[in-house]
Amino acid sequence: MTGARVSIAVGIIVAALRRLTAFVVVAAILALAALTPAAALAGEPVVIGGKIFTEGYILGEIGAQAIESATHTPVTRKLGMGSTGILFEALKSGAIDVYADYTGTLAEAILKQPNLKSLDDIREALSGLGLTMSGSLGFNDTYALAVKAGFADAHGLKSIGDLTAIQGTVRAAFSYEFMDRKDGYPGLVDSYHLSFNPQNVNRMEHSLSFQALDQNAVDLIDVYSTDAKIKKFDLRLLEDDHDYFPVYQAVWVARKSFVDQHPREWRALLGLEGKISAEAMLDMNAQAEIQKMSFDQIASRFLGREAPNSESMLDKIASRTREHLWLVGLSLLFSVIVGIPLGVAAVRFQAAGQAILLTSALIQTVPSLALLCFLIPVFGVGTKPALAALCLYSLLPVVLNTFTGIRGVSANHLENARAFGLTRWQVLFRVVLPLASPTLLAGIKTATIVSIGTATLAALVGAGGYGAPIVSGLALNDVPTILTGAIPAALMALVAYGIFELIGRVMIPAGLRRGR
Amino acid sequence: MLELQNLSKSYEGKSVLSDVNLVVPKGATHALIGSSGSGKTTLLRITLGLIPLDKGYVKINGQALSSFTPIEWANRIGYVPQDGGLFPHLTAKSNVSLIASLRGWGKAQIDDRVEELRKVVNLDAGILEHFPSEMSGGQKQRVAIMRAAMMDPAVMLLDEPMGALDPLIRRSLQQELKSIFKRLGKTVLLVTHDLGEAVFLAEQITMLHEGAVVQTGSYGDLSLRPANAFVTQFINAQRTLPDAAVLQ
Repeated sequence: MTGARVSIAVGIIVAALRRLTAFVVVAAILALAALTPAAALAGEPVVIGGKIFTEGYILGEIGAQAIESATHTPVTRKLGMGSTGILFEALKSGAIDVYADYTGTLAEAILKQPNLKSLDDIREALSGLGLTMSGSLGFNDTYALAVKAGFADAHGLKSIGDLTAIQGTVRAAFSYEFMDRKDGYPGLVDSYHLSFNPQNVNRMEHSLSFQALDQNAVDLIDVYSTDAKIKKFDLRLLEDDHDYFPVYQAVWVARKSFVDQHPREWRALLGLEGKISAEAMLDMNAQAEIQKMSFDQIASRFLGREAPNSESMLDKIASRTREHLWLVGLSLLFSVIVGIPLGVAAVRFQAAGQAILLTSALIQTVPSLALLCFLIPVFGVGTKPALAALCLYSLLPVVLNTFTGIRGVSANHLENARAFGLTRWQVLFRVVLPLASPTLLAGIKTATIVSIGTATLAALVGAGGYGAPIVSGLALNDVPTILTGAIPAALMALVAYGIFELIGRVMIPAGLRRGR
Repeated sequence: MLELQNLSKSYEGKSVLSDVNLVVPKGATHALIGSSGSGKTTLLRITLGLIPLDKGYVKINGQALSSFTPIEWANRIGYVPQDGGLFPHLTAKSNVSLIASLRGWGKAQIDDRVEELRKVVNLDAGILEHFPSEMSGGQKQRVAIMRAAMMDPAVMLLDEPMGALDPLIRRSLQQELKSIFKRLGKTVLLVTHDLGEAVFLAEQITMLHEGAVVQTGSYGDLSLRPANAFVTQFINAQRTLPDAAVLQ
């Protein structure tokens, strides 16, 4: 196909899509505006965040209910948002107002001053960032190393130092955070002069490592000392006889501006100082993970309130389906109305075209968690960053297939159409689009399936959807809960696939389906 | 009547057509012959109004191309691309009636015209519902001729009408084309590199070489009174089969 003929074809399409693009920009702005929670305009709710593990959910729920019962201020829960980095970004950007963290984490991971030990020192250091924190909630949830009880007996393990005897053969699975923190793995092996066989040390998502230990895939994992799974899996904690692990007192962390503007709400949270003992926390974790009580019930029972009505399973699935469809549908709409013009532009302008294709391919290589993390400072938490990430991810298949589809239309057909006296619009709608439609539609189909899968990660930033039970199920190590998210997501992908087959029947001209 | 007068065209300073003159009287069939690179494709595109010319005129019945809009010109000149050039996403009937329906013809009017043309090109009625991928080369060629004739143009322009057909089909379709042209009664210009085809279908032949007309005349004129050595060379080169006796 000669360049001249391609540019004729593309010029026609560009003209056709120019008006569409203006419409799309306006529509996108309206859509984003519509996403702003209506409640933000009515009386401002307090937004409470929570880390993605059982204790994070429970503390978040306790804090939320404490505020609700003391002040009647509405509270928005953004629980299960991910690890320290995401929560901290969300707090700084104002996407959340407060969340529970641990002194050791604040000193090491946030302030980068592992020597800060006292609560006052840490509070003062946080003050420089415009943040403040409460006193200890009453328990120390520090790192510990755990093995199965049987394994401890077989190798005579009591303390961390005893690991030296089996350091060449022991198989460990440590969480990413533990591996990378100076007060985690690197300092630990220094302090105890341990040298594990590097091939036996795996990095693993924290909630999966219990599973791995239980199935004897590994022997040694890092845990939090109040983790209910210690009880559930009958694990033995190895004594920290060097007092290596720092103290992790649970505290509330908040922006100072929030504390100033919401003194009553902050007081309600301070009322919890010293109220949660290590035993109480371990019990509540066990209620969640072993007795499968809901977080709001656990928090209500702890606070002596009446348990709120919990939704039925069907209601939950229905509302998650709505959230998921909303995420997928909107990002799909975006990828179609932005991706197709971009694909056309990529055909039309050669240099810019390569840049467009390369950029959309590069976006695809950014890990989804990292992308969400980048987007929180811009979009806050909730649906907006999730939608933005999904839009970016679903772009490549649409852009690439538009490009490929249009490039694949034979130049002869375009020239013949002009010789027959078809106008630019007629060439576009009667020849180019029908001939490119199989490839175009395949791109949209791919984008849909990818985005149904990727949307499960939206729960990490509080956008809900089928990811919510997957994330909390992972935190609880509860496979049935995970399945209540994973199965509907898989079904939705199948249904989407079927729908696109039907759309293909209608939209792809029969002559392009039969025969060659 | 189709007239090309003093046509000249050059690309980036390189002359592709220089001072080409060609007249096809009303109802006549004329062949434009030349090897690849002779400028015949450029001439075809100019005649269709797809590319501008540098100098000269293209006229149908005395009216110049430049005085018409592209749609008006397309209504006056029916084009049969190489291999038929049917749109793969449309049935034979939709290919034939595409332009008419875009021009707002009613269903009955379209059906009548399609049926009329179907008889002229002698196509089985069932084929009208087929897609190009389900048709033979000969069927595609007939459908393409129907499409070109749909708007009842004054002139028909065919690009290598037999190009992709196998020799046996070629022979029978060739015969048929001749009578189709007769029944249509159109002014026809064929563009081809195949002398046999040109001789069989056209009364007059114009030979093009390096962008210029070398000779115009009947086959007898070209072979008995060649304008120069190239004409003879071109004619001799077409006789590709060796003498069977030589092979034994």
